[in-house]
Amino acid sequence: MNQPVLAYGEKILNESILYLDGVTVTFDGFRALNNLSILLEHGELRAIIGPNGAGKTTMMDVITGKIRPDQGDVFYHNQTINLATLDESEIAQLGIGRKFQKPTVFEQQSISDNLYLALKANRGIWAALSFKPSRTQQELVEQVLERIRLIERQNDPAGSLSHGQKQWLEIGMLLVQDAQLLLVDEPAAGMTDSETEQTAELLQEISGTKSVMVVEHDMEFVKALDCRVSVLHEGSVLAEGTHSEVQSNATVIEVYLGR
Amino acid sequence: MQTNSFFNTLLADSGARWFLGCLLALVTLVPILNGLVSQDSVLHIPTYAVSLMGKYLCFALLALSLDLVWGYCGILSLGHGAFFALGGYAFGMHLMREIGERGVYGHPVLPDFMVFLNWENLPWYWWGFDSFIFSILMVLLIPGLLALVFGWFAFRSRVTGVYLSIITQALTYALMLAFFLNELGFGGNNGLTDFKDVLGIEIQADSTRRGLFIISALALAGGFVLCRWLLKTHYGKVLLAVRDAESRSRFLGYRTANYKLFAFVVAAMLAGLAGALYVPQVGIINPGEFSPLNSIEIVIWVAVGGRGTLYGAALGAIVVNLAKTWFTGAMPELWLFVLGGMFVVVTVLLPRGIVGIQFYRDKLFQHRLKTPLKPSGSESSS
Ligand SMILES: Nc1ncnc2c1ncn2[C@@H]1O[C@H](COP(=O)(O)OP(=O)(O)OP(=O)(O)O)[C@@H](O)[C@H]1O
Ligand SMILES: [Mg+2]
Repeated sequence: MNQPVLAYGEKILNESILYLDGVTVTFDGFRALNNLSILLEHGELRAIIGPNGAGKTTMMDVITGKIRPDQGDVFYHNQTINLATLDESEIAQLGIGRKFQKPTVFEQQSISDNLYLALKANRGIWAALSFKPSRTQQELVEQVLERIRLIERQNDPAGSLSHGQKQWLEIGMLLVQDAQLLLVDEPAAGMTDSETEQTAELLQEISGTKSVMVVEHDMEFVKALDCRVSVLHEGSVLAEGTHSEVQSNATVIEVYLGR
Repeated sequence: MQTNSFFNTLLADSGARWFLGCLLALVTLVPILNGLVSQDSVLHIPTYAVSLMGKYLCFALLALSLDLVWGYCGILSLGHGAFFALGGYAFGMHLMREIGERGVYGHPVLPDFMVFLNWENLPWYWWGFDSFIFSILMVLLIPGLLALVFGWFAFRSRVTGVYLSIITQALTYALMLAFFLNELGFGGNNGLTDFKDVLGIEIQADSTRRGLFIISALALAGGFVLCRWLLKTHYGKVLLAVRDAESRSRFLGYRTANYKLFAFVVAAMLAGLAGALYVPQVGIINPGEFSPLNSIEIVIWVAVGGRGTLYGAALGAIVVNLAKTWFTGAMPELWLFVLGGMFVVVTVLLPRGIVGIQFYRDKLFQHRLKTPLKPSGSESSS
């Protein structure tokens, strides 16, 4: 199988929010990411699909600093910052937010406290000791609570939410965090059809001002996102294009059906 | 305005209200019953009992400080006694210097044990301890600094769970061995003792004992309010987030190591303060206070009282030590079995400790209500 040649010109390198350049990650000799290169433009919405174990979550782990790549660079914001040299909290402070595949919220704390924890603010200890949300911040949290349909339950512990609601809460946390780049891993899992639809709409709405990368298996959802799609397979990009281009790509069909 | 609302919410919590109320009652009643009520009265509290209670209050403060890191930050320190002992030594050094010429050898500066070792000069690390203010600063700074350095390395390298517990235990054990050495200059296995007075007042006097008791109670109340305030701030919320999902908190941009470090240092300082108040009331500090077993006992106090409530930890310290005093008097050989038994019972049957009574009752009640005659659950509130 041949690697797609990614001919990113200088111009694009200077207009990219994210650029992975030849990233390789190995686990005990197994290549979870294999010389992966991918580029995201400012304000772009991008769907990532691929069979189980293709390396989609691992790619997000690399971007957010959870895993150091063995090889390759992870450039942020017009290639000005190499994320591969930073740790998780530094990367988050640069404005990269993440929703995990398995929703992870702070179960013991209330839903609104979860949002306040994510709220964009100084992350230092002294700032935290004297932090008092401003009016605008309170309004923002309220708006988001409204938007994720959890306003009525804002004082309940987050642990009492259903799987789908936790997904929403995590998306809400991304919203208040005011991230510039959102990495969203399988947001539709555990959601009803109408919720899935709303999620797609929400992500579309966010993109434009923010850049969004969405991993999803649900092809209906990907179609609804109506954006560029990258197909990951065995740790590298197999194909890239619009939803219909990708769906009619012979190798992609082979990979999905050959399993 | 903001502090006002903090105190309002603090007092809205019935546990906190009870706790502070009891401390207030102790602070007023005990000195009166000791000092003003005649010795023949049944209500009279003898001075030795005042000191004993003062000692329990120091243990309560120590337990509270452990609860801050264990209950709210998930750091199970099995070496917390080290900070207590260091605070105790720091204040013990001041009390030694206060003895002055009244020692057995009558040396104006050197404590007896140094004269005995034929030392000519005061080692540099004993300088300044003649000053009360300096000593109090050291009571806080030395444990705080140790916690800062130790925690910095441990939390930066992301040591957690059992490994962290083991190295905290190793820390206190190493300190114990070091303090046993005569050459270190802290009195070897005899430790520091034979104190005469504090701030020029005779240490054995009844009024001094009452004073130390009152200060211990106030320190406990102060420590409680401080921890409550910390936990109430945004910092406190982050601390809980770190306890429950540390990695997730990092992805929100929090430097979790620093958040843990701050709590660890505050807890070490509170433990040091507890140690400093403990030493004049028991009259001695020796390397035994660094014993790993002591640190494990603190964990048991917190577990018995109820982890993650602060007042539960304090209550646990008092209850377990009451039992200890009684058992070591009546049947000393049984005490360790009782202590172990308590820990097992609490771990298995009362995971929320003594202060979880309400919770167990509700649970029991709910259990019975599982097949209610009427589908209404409103009785459960009565
Ligand atoms: N920490 C790890 N240690 C060892 N192997 C790992 C680790 N994390 C991931 N892997 C392996 O790397 C491969 C890629 O995993 P990854 O989670 O990135 O896949 P994915 O594309 O997200 O799959 P899915 O659609 O199932 O979520 C898998 O084969 C997985 O078993
Ligand atoms: Mg995955």
